[in-house]
Amino acid sequence: MPTADEIRAKVVETIAKSFRLEPDQVSDDKSFQEDLDADSLEIVELVMALEEEFGIEISDEEAEKIRTVGDAINFVTERAAA
Amino acid sequence: MTNAGTGPVFPGIAGRLALVTGGSRGIGRTIALSLGAAGARVYLTSRTLEAAESVAEEIRAEGGEAHGLALDLSQPEAAAETCQQLAKSTRDDGGISLLVLNAGMTRDGLIMRMGLPAWREVLDANLTGAFVVTKSLVPAMIRGRFGRIVALSSIVARIGNAGQANYCASKAGLHGLVRALARELASRSITVNAVAPGFIETDMTRELPEATRQRLLEQVPLGRLGTQEDVAGAVLFLLSDLATYITGEVVDVNGGMAM
Repeated sequence: MPTADEIRAKVVETIAKSFRLEPDQVSDDKSFQEDLDADSLEIVELVMALEEEFGIEISDEEAEKIRTVGDAINFVTERAAA
Repeated sequence: MTNAGTGPVFPGIAGRLALVTGGSRGIGRTIALSLGAAGARVYLTSRTLEAAESVAEEIRAEGGEAHGLALDLSQPEAAAETCQQLAKSTRDDGGISLLVLNAGMTRDGLIMRMGLPAWREVLDANLTGAFVVTKSLVPAMIRGRFGRIVALSSIVARIGNAGQANYCASKAGLHGLVRALARELASRSITVNAVAPGFIETDMTRELPEATRQRLLEQVPLGRLGTQEDVAGAVLFLLSDLATYITGEVVDVNGGMAM
């Protein structure tokens, strides 16, 4: 079972890879759409990357609520603990 | 890269991974052979592995690379599974970037005599099948920021044909699918088009009575039936780097019969 810090690091890494950024550019308050300039395809790609990385399923309703980096970290942390 | 065939050389085909559904006979087979000759690494499907492998063997015999796959698109769930496996196994090579949605079937009948199974089977194989194959292979194209998708339609999608309500609807449905995907995927340099053949020389048209054949030909300004190579040429063009700025189109290959 990965620790919360490990999950956080992995999520940040996945996001950084998806958006071609350095991990230190990916802070919790960053909004995918507004700050990282993500279009709808990129958000779907990220959701699929998180699903694959953590072996979880993220429904469309859940995906819609993931708007910031912090949202993604919290969601995956909760889901991985379940 | 050597060109095994004698056909025209289309830039942007050699070395790329291609999938042709329904590639074991007719137009699909000719497209698969042309892709193999142009240096693509070809995956081709048929309902049976034997049929697919026999065409793959023809391509390999000419020095090309080809793999046969069993795929029954009238069973969309199982087909989706097979395509996801293919997406996984080709992932390290960048995935399939040239996709030819050619598989199709007919189950003709006048609407009063067309049962729901005949309707569903044709819609499943021709339209839902195209959807599941594309859905499985698009993620790799998005990742690679490149893709070419060509769906084989038919002139009857536009002009209709008595006795083929299911087939005509499935092919017209493909036009909508193509246009929606063209918009959805354009930002990743993925183009999506259809090719709509008219009357083509096939086993079916060869068996027509001479009088019927003549009647067909009277409708074609170019005065002959199309060849499978005529269709494959349009498909390869759309797959190639010559067609980078063409997306969301239905290209007619019909000798001028429906201007």
